[in-house]
Amino acid sequence: MKAIPRAHPLWLAYILHRLSGLGLALFLPAHFYVLSLALTDTARLDAFLRLTDYPLVKLAEFGLVFLLAVHFFGGLRLMALEWLPWSAAQKTWAAASLAGAFLISTTFLLRAI
Amino acid sequence: MSTKGPQVTVTVQRGGPEGPGRKQQFQVPAYGSQTVLDVVSWIQQNADPTLTYRFACRVGMCGSCAMMVNGVPRWTCRTHVSKVLQDGAMELAPLRSLPVIKDLAADMDPFFDKWVSAEALHHPTASRDDPIAPIDPDAPERVTASAGIECINCAVCYAACDTVANNPDYLGPAALQRAWTLYNDSRDGAHGAILDAVTGTGGCQSCHSMGSCTAYCPNGLDPLSAIAGLKRAATRRFFGKGKG
Repeated sequence: MKAIPRAHPLWLAYILHRLSGLGLALFLPAHFYVLSLALTDTARLDAFLRLTDYPLVKLAEFGLVFLLAVHFFGGLRLMALEWLPWSAAQKTWAAASLAGAFLISTTFLLRAI
Repeated sequence: MSTKGPQVTVTVQRGGPEGPGRKQQFQVPAYGSQTVLDVVSWIQQNADPTLTYRFACRVGMCGSCAMMVNGVPRWTCRTHVSKVLQDGAMELAPLRSLPVIKDLAADMDPFFDKWVSAEALHHPTASRDDPIAPIDPDAPERVTASAGIECINCAVCYAACDTVANNPDYLGPAALQRAWTLYNDSRDGAHGAILDAVTGTGGCQSCHSMGSCTAYCPNGLDPLSAIAGLKRAATRRFFGKGKG
């Protein structure tokens, strides 16, 4: 049997929220490990921070901020959807959250380069 | 039966409850304003009388004839073939997430059992001997209830829902929407029991707000918002507010 077509805005918003959350959850342990180097091995931390000068790492940071923004706005969308009795504007909010996430992450990218 | 003129290639999933069976292909004569149900009926009447499917009203009222059409759950009596054909062909299968009785007839028992589990049944507050209670159609709660009462129990939302597909306990959009309409019905006498039922295992909090129920409902209803309403009502009750 063919798979159900899922490309409607609310489902895409759902999967984006899940995947961005998963990406952030995978990033956090690495983030805390690098932060801990400030206490345990400052030389290694400095060496690691120099990596952030590379364009590829800047691009990865853009992706990270995009994940954070998309998850943040996706969460706001979900809270609006479930806590406020709005019914007709859900798709608009899904689109608006995505647009907001793009705005923030692109602003960050432009500042970084 | 003539085989001249334009034809539609129809692939039908056959087989019973033992699992997805073989796929069988039929060539069906195409004509104007033909519905998917017309095609299935043609096959059963002209090509293979053993084909099993279900229908009753043919006008989108009874909710009997839903099946998967090219992977999309649809009411087949109101779905025009011309709107769903892909390269002159279509694939038919029984509704997703329900056991198969045979061929295109899904077993609706789990679907309706979950309506009962959700307390999505009327709890009377008056008998036939009491005067008829006046209902203001413009009262906010009545408007909320009325938004969901045109459900025809076709299980299209149930088949569209990925949460239903992945969580056997999940009550599903139709049952939860029905519970929501009764929760907002001033004539229903067990609002607390409804909230108890829809906040248990597989209740409204299992919904991930994917919205496929609302996207695919053939009657244009919005079970997603009904489930969100149940979530709000449950939270209000948790904080000691609201009814139930």
